[in-house]
This record gives sequence, C-alpha cells and structure tokens, in this order.
Amino acid sequence: MKYLDEYRDPALARRLLDEIHAVATRPWTLMEVCGGQTHTIVRQGIDELLPPGVRMIHGPGCPVCVTPLELVDKALAIAAREDVTFTSYGDMLRVPGNATDLLALRAGGSDVRVVYSPLDAVRIAGQRPDREVVFFAVGFETTAPANAMAVLHAHRLGLPNFSMLVSHVLVPPAMTAILDAPGCEVQGFLAAGHVCAVMGWTEYEPIADRYRVPIVVTGFEPLDLLEGILMAVRQLEQGRAEVQNQYARAVRRQGNTEAQDAIRRVFRVVERAWRGIGTIPGSGLTLTEEFAGYDAETRFAVADITAQENPLCIAGDILTGTRVPTDCPAYGALCTPRGPLGAPMVSTEGTCAAYFSAGRRPLPRPPAPARSS
Amino acid sequence: MCLGVPGRIMETTDVAGMLMGRVDFGGVSRDVCLAYVPEARVGDYVIVHVGFAISLVDEAEARRTLEVLRTMGDTLDQELSPEQVLGGAAAQRRPG
Amino acid sequence: MSTVDPTTGTCPVPLVDTEKVMLGHGSGGQLSAELLRDVLAPALGAAGAVGVAEDAAVLDVDGVDLVLSTDSFVVSPLFFPGGDIGALAVHGTVNDLAMMGAVPVALALAYVIEEGFPVADLRRVTASVGAAAAAAGVPVVTGDTKVVGRGAADGIFVTTTGIGRRLARARVSAAAARPADVVLLSGPIGAHGMTVLTARESLGFETEIASDTRPLHRLVAAMVGAAGPAIHAMRDPTRGGVASALNEIAAASGVGIEVDEHAVPVPARVAAACELLGLDPLHVANEGCLVAITAPEAAEPVLAVMRARPEGRQAVRLGEVVSEHAGRVLMRTLLGGRRVVDMMVGEQLPRIC
Repeated sequence: MKYLDEYRDPALARRLLDEIHAVATRPWTLMEVCGGQTHTIVRQGIDELLPPGVRMIHGPGCPVCVTPLELVDKALAIAAREDVTFTSYGDMLRVPGNATDLLALRAGGSDVRVVYSPLDAVRIAGQRPDREVVFFAVGFETTAPANAMAVLHAHRLGLPNFSMLVSHVLVPPAMTAILDAPGCEVQGFLAAGHVCAVMGWTEYEPIADRYRVPIVVTGFEPLDLLEGILMAVRQLEQGRAEVQNQYARAVRRQGNTEAQDAIRRVFRVVERAWRGIGTIPGSGLTLTEEFAGYDAETRFAVADITAQENPLCIAGDILTGTRVPTDCPAYGALCTPRGPLGAPMVSTEGTCAAYFSAGRRPLPRPPAPARSS
Repeated sequence: MCLGVPGRIMETTDVAGMLMGRVDFGGVSRDVCLAYVPEARVGDYVIVHVGFAISLVDEAEARRTLEVLRTMGDTLDQELSPEQVLGGAAAQRRPG
Repeated sequence: MSTVDPTTGTCPVPLVDTEKVMLGHGSGGQLSAELLRDVLAPALGAAGAVGVAEDAAVLDVDGVDLVLSTDSFVVSPLFFPGGDIGALAVHGTVNDLAMMGAVPVALALAYVIEEGFPVADLRRVTASVGAAAAAAGVPVVTGDTKVVGRGAADGIFVTTTGIGRRLARARVSAAAARPADVVLLSGPIGAHGMTVLTARESLGFETEIASDTRPLHRLVAAMVGAAGPAIHAMRDPTRGGVASALNEIAAASGVGIEVDEHAVPVPARVAAACELLGLDPLHVANEGCLVAITAPEAAEPVLAVMRARPEGRQAVRLGEVVSEHAGRVLMRTLLGGRRVVDMMVGEQLPRIC
C-alpha cells in the first residue's frame, strides 16, 4: 500500500540502524507513547536491533488498556440491559471488568456489537428506534474527533435513543505524570503521530522545555520509528531537548484545527483515572453541558458503580521504567493476556502483554530440550 | 489509539450535511467521513482512523523523508542535522 | 495440545468465563485448544482418541488404513466471493482427509436448517455441494436433514463427514516434525478469512478479494508420490491461520519452528484489509492452502511437484524446524529482528489501536 510499504524497506532500515549505532555513545532510555508504535517495535524486533544501551520503554499503550476497571464495569452494567444495543470498537470486547467481559455478556445473550466507526453506531440508532443504542467512546485525542462527530451527527438527526459512555484520555498530562514520578528513567519521548495529527505539537513544547526531554513526533512504520529514535538519540547526545516532527507527511504543528473545534464543542477536560496508574488531573474528556443528554452514564444511572484495582499490579512502575514486567510477582502467573490485572497486560500492545507474546516470559529463552524422537 | 491507514479519495458526497467520501486502501474501499479535511480533493491521500480522515497526507513531505533516508548511507561523513532530516519544514520550537 | 506456556511450565490460566461457551472457543486459537483439552477430551474419557489431535483419524480396518474426518460449517454470509457454505463443507472435509495423506472415498452430508430458510437458497447450497463433490471426484453417499424453529439456527448449518483411504507411502502426523526439516506453504494466505470478514455488511468494506476454497487432495497425492514418508507433517491452516497450524505442529512434535517474514505470501488486498482491521495475516483463516513439513532433502523435489499444480503454483519455502525453543514458533522479521508467532487467543476482532 502506498505510504506504508515504502516505510518498511529493510535496506533503508539497515542504514538508520547503522546511523543510530554510530550516533549513540552512551545509554539512553526512550519511551514510545503509543501502543501502535509498541506494536511495530515488538513485531519487527526493533528493540533487539538497537545498540545495547538504547532502551525503549513502552508507554501507556492505548486508551483501551488504560480504561479504568470502574468504567468497564459501567459498560458491562449498561450492556446487560434488555433494552440496550451496546456498540464498541473490537478492542474493548475482551477487556475484563471485575467479573466478566463484553464477549461473555454477548455469549449470555446481550446485544453487543462490534463497529468499525462510531458513525456505524449512529446508523444503528437510526435503524432501531425501539432500542437504546449506546456507544463505548474510548480513545486518545486521535479518536476524539470521530466520537465527537458521532454525537453531533446523532444530534443533527434527532436520535433520542443514542448515547455514549465516554472514557477519553489525553496524552500530554500522562507524559507529565510519568516524568513527575519518582525514579522515572525516561529521557526522551517518541510522541504519538496520530494524536499529533489531530492536536499538533504545541502542547509538547512546554514539556520538552520544563523537563529537558527531547520529544519527537513519530509515525508507526519501521522507518518512522527508527528515524524517530535516531532523532531523539541525536538530541540527547547533543544535549538538546526540543520538539521535532519525524512524521511530517501527516502532522502539522497546529494539527487539525477543524477536528479540534469539534472536540471542544462536544467534550470538556476532566480528571480521569488510568487503569493500574491512578488518577491524573486534566487527563480525560467528558461531554459538555450542551451534549450532556447523550451521556450514557447519567441516562442509565451507573455513575455510582465503583471498582477496586488489584493492588499487586505494578503498572505505574512499568510505565515509568523503574521496573520491567518480569520484576512483577503477578506477571505470567496471576496476570496474563487472558486474565490481565492492569493496563499494560490488557491490550496486546501494552508493555506486559507485548513482553508475554514476544516470549519474554519469566525465564527468557530457556534451553528447552527437544522431546526425543 | 492509533491505527491510522493512508488511503486515496475516490469520490466525495454529502450525507445529511456531512462531507463523506469513498476511500481506497490498496484494493479495499470504505465510506469515510471527510468533515475534518474539507480541503481534500478526489485523488488526495488521507490518514483514516475509525472511519474518519484525520489528516491529509503531504505527498511532498513523504517523498522528501524517503529521499533523505536514501541518501543517508551515501554521504557517510555528512552529519544529518534535524533540519535536513525534516527537509527544513519542521523542528520548530516555541519561541522563548 | 498447547498450554499457555510450554517452555516455562507456567500453569494454564483459568478461563475468564468458564461457565459459558464463547465465540472465541470456536475460532481455532488457544480457546479452542483449551476447550478440547479441558472439557471435551476428559468427558469422552476412555472412548476418546488418545494422543495428538489431528485433522482426521487413521483406522486400521482389517489391514486397510482408512481415514475418517468430520466437520461442521457455520459461515455468515452463506454466499461469499469465491465460494459458499456448500463448497466450503466439501473442501473442508476433503482437505482434512488429505492432510493425513488420504484419498477421499466418500462423503456424508447433514443439514440443520432454520425454519423459514428459503428453498431457493437450499437448492443453491446443495447444487454447490454437488458441484464441489463432483469436481473433487468424491460422491456424497448418505445424508440427513433436520429443521429447527426460527432463531434456533442461523439459516443453515452444514456437516460433512468423509472417509478416505490412506496413500500407501503416506506417513504424516502433526507429531512427526524433526529438527532440520523444512517448512513449505502451498500458496498465498488470508484470502478466505478476509473475504468472509469484509463481506459482513456491518464493517462496510468493499473489495474484490475472493475465498481460496478448493480441494487439496490431488496436490497431496502428487506430493506423497514424490516424497512419500519424507513428508512428515501436513496441516491446512483454516481457523486460526498459519500461526495456529505451525504452533500445533511445534507443540505436538516438541520442536521449534522458525519462519521468514519475507517468505510469507500475502496478497496485496489481503494485506490492505489486515492493515485496516488491525489483524495479523498469520491469524487469518484459509481454505485452499496447506503447510507441509518435509525432510530437508525432500524439500526441493516436493516444492517442484507443488509448483507444477495449479493449487501449488505459488508454493514457497517458509522456514525450518529447529531443536531450540521447543513448542514455539519464531519469525525472522523483515528488519532482521525476531518475534514469537503466537496462536490467536480467541475470536478475531477488528482493532482500532
């Protein structure tokens, strides 16, 4: 596919790797913020190809895995109702709440549907005026314009049976929280390219200044990541701490202002809990007064549902790089992709899940004897 | 939250006041909301996330990035500055 | 069968929901394997098959090696580009027999039909069964039809049972892969799974991908004719895709498998659909290709025979069997890194992140 395949060229990747090896004279610790970037790093084995001192810490992953247990439980309570058709991105279906998940609810007869786009949920609401159609609106800034448009479109069409359970999170406050954590080892960031396609990168400039960390807006293909890593390492080696844009083909400094306008009209910034991490001020979105009528949390009176995160989970330490998944007593035993405790194990791109599926299990690459023939 | 895939706009339509378009992704097509890229024209490439175009692909930048990479190994002694990597288009800092 | 962690001995984690069967239990991934291991095999007890789960069973009946296989087919939509549930039901069972090195002899056909199902569709499905069976040269010799109330089935479910005779020189088993063996793949992957997924109206995708559904027994006969017992294992990578097929062989044989990413043949449109939905082509179902594990010296002759047939024209050498990392499949990536190729956990769901 055009604009994908060119950025997977092994020969050019080799050149970038050689350049990173040439430039890096000291150990550096970088964090890629977005789960999509982690995905590419792990699937291509990029972290193993970097100089030994250059370490990638996988960031908060994705909005799916940071959605707090409490909100998953609220989603489950709503989806279990007889009058509700519950729509969601595929990712959210296997995220476990306290007792069950959406897939299991569907197996039990609830009307739970996977949609590709939030507009599909609006369309279902139009087709089924007899049903309450609820959309599980999770996302980073990348998805906020789409979810905002779903509300605006439903409003325009006058669909009283459409509502949204909102669990939106914002990236810059999470980066600040990670940098503020005691013992944080992150020295530079690869910022999430598609988040920045929407928001631009002006928000990151004060962070780079205040914490003296290079921040490189980076794309998702192997060459993008390698170039982003090279740019961050080069800055660190030169003692610079600037915001740079590797993903110039998709990201402009001011971002997508049309999309930002829609986000501001439909959503307002609130405090938000992150699964396994805790509450971060100003890190979430909820519906504005004008569109509060579309809030599923109020409509179905689930606001008072609370849930306790598992105390064993060391997600916070994983995300600040102070510990790795194999340091966790629960990892691989009590906590696996099938039965995850915290954000980094929930999504396939979370740090712990990526470790697990890449085989970095409690005993990495053991000399397992082949069964005799 | 980042699965964004580049595709080419084949046609545009107005659906209940919303700009929509048929976008082709290497032989697979889908209706995509173009409301956030009103400047997009048929033939343009857009980055699509959950059925929404969130950004217009800057084809000149895309070419330039690849060109820089292709010449990288050839010019061994020439240290690449970030401005060169970016084709001079970015690497902007907040003043002050 | 595979466990959660074959190399470290970690106990399998309990199911999130052990009380109800979920769609993921039928997806050919880890959940399917666990259902078989934890629920079905123990319940069958002494009456159940002993040893490794294969696509089909070999029965010694008075000195003749008969091969028996059965499969139920549920697909939505019933008719899709490149095939339909009828052709799929014939090819699926013929191929399961073929994967044990058998020439199919006869098929039995059973329908469960939902009340209200259009007779025209029933005719169309059955005509497709007939055409596929005739093309494969396998008669449908017996059958059964049941009708259930509206809502008790989704249109029509089709079950085919096949019996075959094992080729004299065939000695294949998922447990027979040995270090230094070569991994072959008969053709491009992912077309069937992506056809069915994108044909579902709810996702809104349009493409000209067509299912690869076809019978493979003639290809297998040619391969066995060329190399006989030097073909150690065969699998058709249906549900769960090539990843499941390779993991099952690695686990059953107690060996490691390494494959090259650049050797994996993924048609451009399949690759594009996988990008859009966030899926791994190695997890996508196929109905018209096979994975074969051969002795090293047999690899080239077998490849030559495969490429001489239409269904194997694009056959490739995918990788090799190793003695390290037993039970695990590794991929050498395009960039020269390595990663584990896991089985899919449950149901294949489109991702957005």
